[in-house]
Amino acid sequence: MTGPSGPSGPSGPSGPGIPGQPTFPSRGGTGAGPGPGPGGVDPGALDPGETLALTTRGTAGPSPSRRASLGSGDAPSSDSATGQAGSPGSVGSAGSVGVTSGGWEPGNRRPPWHPAELFSPARLRLLGVMVLVGLLAAVVTGRTGNSDKPLQAAWDSIVDPRIVLFLVLAVALWLVVVLGGELRALVTRLATPVRAPFATAYGRRGGPIGLNLVLLAVAIIAPLLFSTAAQQSMVNDIGIYALLALGLNVVVGYAGLLDLGYIAFFAIGAYATAYFSSQTAMPWHAPFTLNPFFVFPIALILAGLAGVILGAPTLRLRGDYLAIVTLGFGEIIQIVANNADSITNGARGAFGVPHLSIHLPGIDYTWGIEPLPYYYLLLAIIVLVMIAFGRLERSRIGRSWAAIREDEIAAEATGVATLRLKLLAFAIGASVSGFAGVLFASKQFFNPQSFSLQASFFVVAVVIFGGLGSRLGVVVGAVVLQGLAFYLRDKVQPADRYIYFGAVIVVMMIFRPQGLVPSRRRRREIELSEAGIGGADALGPAPTGARP
Amino acid sequence: MGFFDQFWQLTIDGLMVGSLYAVIALGYTLVYGVLQLINFAHSEVFMLGSFGGLFAARALLPDHGVPGGFESVCLVAVGLGVGAACGALAAFTLERVAYRPLRRRAAPRLAYLISAIGASLFAVNLAGKEFGRQNVDLPDLFHNGTVFTIFGAQVSTQSLVIFGVAIAMLIGLDRLVAGTRLGQGIRAVAQDADTAVLMGVNVERIIIVTFIVGGLLAGAGGFLYAMTFNASYNMGFVPGVKAFTAAVLGGIGNVRGAMLGGLLLGLVESYGGYLFQASYKDVIAFLVLVAILMIRPSGLLGERLGRAA
Amino acid sequence: MSRGGSHRARRAGDAVAHPSDPRGTGAAQTVPGARRPSVLDGVGGDPGDLVVEARDLSLRFGGVTSLDGVSLRQRRGEILAVIGPNGAGKTSLFNCLTGAYRPQQGSVIFWPQPGRPAELVGRRPHSITRLGVARTFQNIRLFPALSALENVQIGTEVRQKYGPLSVVLGLPHARRAEREGVHRAVELLDLVGLRHRTHELASSLPYGEQRRLEIARALGTEPRLLLLDEPAAGTNPAEKRDLAALITRIADTGVSVLLIEHDMGLVMSLATSVAVLNFGRMIAYGPPAEVQRDPAVIEAYLGASADAATSAAGPVPTSSASAGPTSAGPTSAGPTSAGPLLDDAAFDGDAQGGPGPGSGPVGRKELG
Repeated sequence: MTGPSGPSGPSGPSGPGIPGQPTFPSRGGTGAGPGPGPGGVDPGALDPGETLALTTRGTAGPSPSRRASLGSGDAPSSDSATGQAGSPGSVGSAGSVGVTSGGWEPGNRRPPWHPAELFSPARLRLLGVMVLVGLLAAVVTGRTGNSDKPLQAAWDSIVDPRIVLFLVLAVALWLVVVLGGELRALVTRLATPVRAPFATAYGRRGGPIGLNLVLLAVAIIAPLLFSTAAQQSMVNDIGIYALLALGLNVVVGYAGLLDLGYIAFFAIGAYATAYFSSQTAMPWHAPFTLNPFFVFPIALILAGLAGVILGAPTLRLRGDYLAIVTLGFGEIIQIVANNADSITNGARGAFGVPHLSIHLPGIDYTWGIEPLPYYYLLLAIIVLVMIAFGRLERSRIGRSWAAIREDEIAAEATGVATLRLKLLAFAIGASVSGFAGVLFASKQFFNPQSFSLQASFFVVAVVIFGGLGSRLGVVVGAVVLQGLAFYLRDKVQPADRYIYFGAVIVVMMIFRPQGLVPSRRRRREIELSEAGIGGADALGPAPTGARP
Repeated sequence: MGFFDQFWQLTIDGLMVGSLYAVIALGYTLVYGVLQLINFAHSEVFMLGSFGGLFAARALLPDHGVPGGFESVCLVAVGLGVGAACGALAAFTLERVAYRPLRRRAAPRLAYLISAIGASLFAVNLAGKEFGRQNVDLPDLFHNGTVFTIFGAQVSTQSLVIFGVAIAMLIGLDRLVAGTRLGQGIRAVAQDADTAVLMGVNVERIIIVTFIVGGLLAGAGGFLYAMTFNASYNMGFVPGVKAFTAAVLGGIGNVRGAMLGGLLLGLVESYGGYLFQASYKDVIAFLVLVAILMIRPSGLLGERLGRAA
Repeated sequence: MSRGGSHRARRAGDAVAHPSDPRGTGAAQTVPGARRPSVLDGVGGDPGDLVVEARDLSLRFGGVTSLDGVSLRQRRGEILAVIGPNGAGKTSLFNCLTGAYRPQQGSVIFWPQPGRPAELVGRRPHSITRLGVARTFQNIRLFPALSALENVQIGTEVRQKYGPLSVVLGLPHARRAEREGVHRAVELLDLVGLRHRTHELASSLPYGEQRRLEIARALGTEPRLLLLDEPAAGTNPAEKRDLAALITRIADTGVSVLLIEHDMGLVMSLATSVAVLNFGRMIAYGPPAEVQRDPAVIEAYLGASADAATSAAGPVPTSSASAGPTSAGPTSAGPTSAGPLLDDAAFDGDAQGGPGPGSGPVGRKELG
């Protein structure tokens, strides 16, 4: 368990002091940490003049108090190292204070590759952390163990020759982080007016149309290049998860709530399909049989209703209670699906759900066992859903969601029915999940294992990785993470893949909370709220110890 | 075999399990009190502590049959100690990796919850990979016979040990929070972190200590749990949700509330599991959670340690 | 005193006639006799020209009493200022009026239109806003990552009805409503002088402009009553003048303004009436000039000790209650006749003259 301390590395040295030395209350302790952060992430609230001031030493924060805390908290010798290597912010796009100061006072400083500079305590500590990350990576990718020899597998992975590779990578990464700061500083200085005040040019609709068309073309053509059936069915899974992520994005990205039992609604959709469209798939079935296409609206409504029933009592309470209630709900749906043999066919799952088919005069088509037609159907649905949610986002409703995220009390005082809007987001998310469940079920077979909590977490990972509130982002997230899952499929046991997804979530939260393809508004909200202005979710104020 | 014939037996069982819930619930409640945050990864702290204690006890277990007497006492003590240490280490690491970088950045609340979920997913599956994905049994560490009978209900050595250790830990923690300087610091931060800073309380340190204390309890509780049932990589989830329910039942942020909530939940579940179907036991806890949230979200004893939202 | 009592009884009877506020009547009926005499006893006026009436509000947090039997009435079109030392309960009063807090006792009746009372206590804030009570906050609470336009749009779109389906399908009525909302938001930005900031982020505006943006957002909800919580806090003299002009203009459009303000110059130049709170009780009420001379007010402001102030609070209300109506009579043509109109006329002249040259507030204060 020493392993996971890895990612803490970059955060560790951002503390003001020398390792092991206890940090003084939160003034110094947190002061130095976020110092460089706001310098990079907080341009929104500042005039251009002030932004310039940020690059000078010791005036790292936008507020006087932060400035003061930085000044008092810094240990002069490790200052530069702290700034460059330390804060998580500096690894992202943020410019960093210490770096620039190094550049501004060349006479006082040794070059960064000088041993005394390179091996300052903070950097050594960072190196240690990197090595730990390397060891952890070796264990994660190493042999599978068993409980008879609990630590054997971990030990084997560490003494394996492969460890050399990991250690080399760790040191290389360390060098990149340590020296990369200097390089970035150089680049920053060459391209001086880095940040224009980003307030203008706002209100543009969606992304550029050209780019969207290119992406759509890629989405249409790419699957044709895949030859094996496995690859094609992976493309299918990407579609399902993209759809799920788009729905969860409404809950997490737009409304700022956390739904951890999202797959439960997916299960509701799937079981509804089996119930309504087949007499044989489950012991429990409707007295009539519907074409799965007609189950779409039913599943939409059922899942949405379940969302309302679950959300209505819970959303009144503290935001994070919703997370745990949905978590419990997700688990319960799976328990019931697994155990109710006489209704859902238990753990064996539902068999022989009919394929989707259209029987109209002139058109007679059935989506058979082939994955590609399914994919194109999914693609069409995804595009429609993206367009629909784009409209929603730019409408009164989307704005109200943004208002709730940014300041719930003010939103309520401005007449926004916060509870109803949160419930709406929750229900829309649930509906999309139920809708996806129909598509999933109509591929003939499913069992309760597809509805595990881990699957819920995977969808959360997709949304986080892709970018909260970004429609394109979550689709890209689905492509990348499902691609990763596919890539790992032959390399590790299926269940072990969740180690990587878990790591992806934590790493993203630490280094790039706005995701791979961030939504502009969400990114701004996160940046502003981290600078103490407004909020970025509907869960209440940030926890204790958070304010710099 | 009506319900009332079984009543006392069910009560004994319920109290035993409930005391375990209480021990885990304290971790949630302490962290909530101090950080106003549900620590979603607490169940993994419990799981890792459980494995630590289990492996330590198993490594020391002599070859000849079931040990007895002093040997048993030592084994249980070592298991508890190592379990607690592993739990504390896990909690500390968790705080370092998943929470502290976010606190440094003053990240929005959603980020903490998600980060904890990620850490939990990582830890569960890494444990699954290293220790296998099936149940791991802990051999008997002592002769588990009936010590005495009360109202026709048999009280086994095991229930007695578990209940005794759990209650001792609960009392110890209550003393810690109520009567020591450290506890004073914890309560100060829980009430008003900003003022606590001004009064010279080291909030950073209090937060870490809170995680460690919660980890110690969860780790030791994990070992007790493994002694009764068994250990497995995903053992944390269900007791975790139940312990959280217990914490909310008693009033989250309230130390004595968590204890009361744990014992009550254990009883409710024990009776309910008998009256309904055992496989739906977990559903009962969830229904209890939803019911409290709807009827009395501040819990039975109110949210005392922490601020009400 | 007997006259005041009969007034109250009549009002209670009026309220009974409206079945929509049973709570209000209950509270009103318990008031007579049970409470000490209120400073409002002498202030007459038909319910018809009232916009809001708070009756006997009490708000406690644990052992701390924040409001202690506060009653307040505001006539339509009036600018009423609530003043008082820090911690006197001004913002608590606002929070009770807007539904942020729920008082343990008392009721708040609001007339969106004459003859249509609605009880506010027990409603959620958003529903109160939709009825026509909007507010700003002492510490500005904008939506920082939304543009100025979008901030105001949140307000202007509050009563729009179209749902998600109309949005997704792009139905004409939804589009029309959206255009309308933008149009009105731009007009309001114009009104507060922020047209040139339309597409800038709220958080990037200077402080004074943020204050005005917050007012624009509140106005977007089409309030009949606007509550401003220290709108001049932290603004410079020039901004203060603009603000005074803005508030006057708002009141001219028929919106009643309830104002918390520490800047006496501004209060004296703007307000048609002033209510003074201290230790959660109302210690004086009347036209600015009167209130300024009131010994209890002077005592409260000059920092009399807590004991002295509470003991003083006993006799004072009666004195100011008797002083209030008599003085209100001659200066503003008496409460029972067309008081509000004359009040407005009398003070509009001053207020319009005031903001211009900058000597307005100060000069006014000296006059008072």
